Amino acid sequence: MKVLQSVLLVLALVVVGFVVAIIPGGQALIGKVLPYLAFAVFLLFFIVKVVGWAKSPVPFRIPTTAGQEKSLPWVKQSRFDNPSTTGGVIVRMLLEVTMFRSLFRNTKAEMHDGPYLAHGSSKYLWLFALIFHYSFLVVVLRHLRLFLNPVPGLIQALGGADGFLQVLSPGLYISDLTIVLGLVLLFGRRLVRPQIRYISLVNDYFPLVLIFAIATSGILMRYIIRPDIINIKQLAVGLATFHPVIPGEMGTIFFVHLFLVCCLLVYFPFSKLMHMGGVFLSPTRNMANNNRMVHHDNPWNDPAIKPHSYAGYEDEFREVMKEAEIPVEKE
Amino acid sequence: MYDKGKIIPGLIVFVLIAVSPIIYNRGNAGHVPNPEKPKNAKECVRPVAEMRESHMQMVIDWRTDVIRDNGAREAVTAGGVKYVRSLQLGCMKCHTSKQKFCDECHKYASVEPYCWDCHIAPEEKD
Ligand code: HEC
Ligand code: HEC
Ligand code: HEC
Ligand code: HEM
Repeated sequence: MKVLQSVLLVLALVVVGFVVAIIPGGQALIGKVLPYLAFAVFLLFFIVKVVGWAKSPVPFRIPTTAGQEKSLPWVKQSRFDNPSTTGGVIVRMLLEVTMFRSLFRNTKAEMHDGPYLAHGSSKYLWLFALIFHYSFLVVVLRHLRLFLNPVPGLIQALGGADGFLQVLSPGLYISDLTIVLGLVLLFGRRLVRPQIRYISLVNDYFPLVLIFAIATSGILMRYIIRPDIINIKQLAVGLATFHPVIPGEMGTIFFVHLFLVCCLLVYFPFSKLMHMGGVFLSPTRNMANNNRMVHHDNPWNDPAIKPHSYAGYEDEFREVMKEAEIPVEKE
Repeated sequence: MYDKGKIIPGLIVFVLIAVSPIIYNRGNAGHVPNPEKPKNAKECVRPVAEMRESHMQMVIDWRTDVIRDNGAREAVTAGGVKYVRSLQLGCMKCHTSKQKFCDECHKYASVEPYCWDCHIAPEEKD
């Protein structure tokens, strides 16, 4: 049901993009106006979201880590899994962002006859996520050839490396295969395991389906329904120089592709996709575990309430305590 | 807001990366390709729009058809001009300069067909 809803939603977006692209003036709308709007919404609400997170106080270092914390000198500390310094945190964050280390530690729980509960390692999510995210990155970086003029050597080299198989013409990109593979695997994971299907919502399926539709329209456009890439590049460079133009025929499919990308940009800051910014703000990843070395003030403490030591407490209640025969430290 | 010293620079870096294409182009759309029209011919093997969109598929289809499926080596344009279905003896007989024609667009779109690893482009006149 939730799967169906997500698919129908994306199909509806495809239809909207298609209809707008064939009505007069619609191409100018999708090509010249919508990208700016979508990009502005994306940037603005991305920042709003991050600032909103930054406003929540974190009272204490949260050491949910997978390694030995810094302790006595002869106990070996796990420096990157349980860092006590900023340098260690930076390494942990880099490993998290580039290697998805916390997904690598994913576990599964199963009931066996007995009954007893068994925990085991589960690396699928880590593998599927790596496949998908790196393909997406490569596809987006390669797209810069449409926005930059002249095209930097690095982007050109990336395209060359991605197309090194030299099959088909225009040449097949490996990342086109792997992005679809990654999406199908991530989607399949939600369908196949009953526990995961149970907790999956429309906003878990929808982004996968939307990105799938974007990738499919792009792949169709490259290998089957070919539009005029030179015209499209003129539009894209025009967008990046604030002089958007519609220089000629570009094919309806291109506008559907672009419309879906704009939808993704607008959807992004309001959805779980914000984990792109959120990963840097996750307290269990970005805080050094130095609770035992540094004093952390609780940020929502009322500054008017002064600390009250035991000595002070005793001073205040000494007489009463003595009357009740409670031992005191100072007579 | 907490940790301003880290979060604000982080956001600035993010925005700079996001708008980097705008910064890179500096408002200059650059050179727009202007492929040289052949002087010795009036029309291409297919309508111009179709050529612009799909010539990359067409050349590889010719290759497959001619070399692997024993297809015809020659064909005629809509206007009745005979041409050879070949990269060197076809396209490059009318479009006599690779640099002034094919490369004009290909540099712009950042494609480097590997065909020229084996096939020989016509000698550039100047
Ligand atoms: C109007 C501009 C234009 C002209 C002129 C042009 N091309 Fe292209 N060509 C393109 C574009 C754009 C692409 C890239 C398409 C893509 O990336 O999907 C391309 C791609 C190709 C490819 C596939 C490259 C690859 O590996 O992906 C081949 C082969 C090719 N062109 C051959 C030629 C030849 C041969 C000529 C000269 C006779 C020529 N083209 C002239 C625009 C042009
Ligand atoms: C019979 C001569 C002839 C042959 C063979 C030929 N072309 Fe053309 N081509 C032309 C002419 C003439 C034009 C310009 C047509 C016009 O502008 O109306 C043209 C235009 C084009 C264009 C559009 C250029 C632009 O300015 O937008 C492309 C791309 C192209 N040819 C590619 C090819 C490729 C690739 C081949 C080989 C598969 C090829 N041509 C073979 C004569 C030829
Ligand atoms: C590994 C070397 C090599 C590469 C790379 C190569 N070709 Fe060829 N191609 C050949 C050879 C050799 C022949 C001639 C075979 C014959 O005539 O029996 C040929 C023949 C052809 C023909 C048939 C007509 C003719 O010219 O004799 C076409 C069309 C063609 N190639 C297109 C392409 C295109 C398009 C590309 C790039 C996408 C390409 N080739 C890349 C080696 C290559
Ligand atoms: C989230 C962002 C985007 C994703 C995931 C995406 C995905 C894809 C994919 C997978 C392809 C197949 C070919 C390839 O990999 O190069 C493609 C092609 C294409 N995309 Fe995108 N795209 C995105 C944004 C855009 C934007 C903003 C434009 C606007 C100019 C665009 C224009 C094109 C064009 C013109 C092609 C055809 C390229 C060719 O034929 O070589 N895409 N896209």
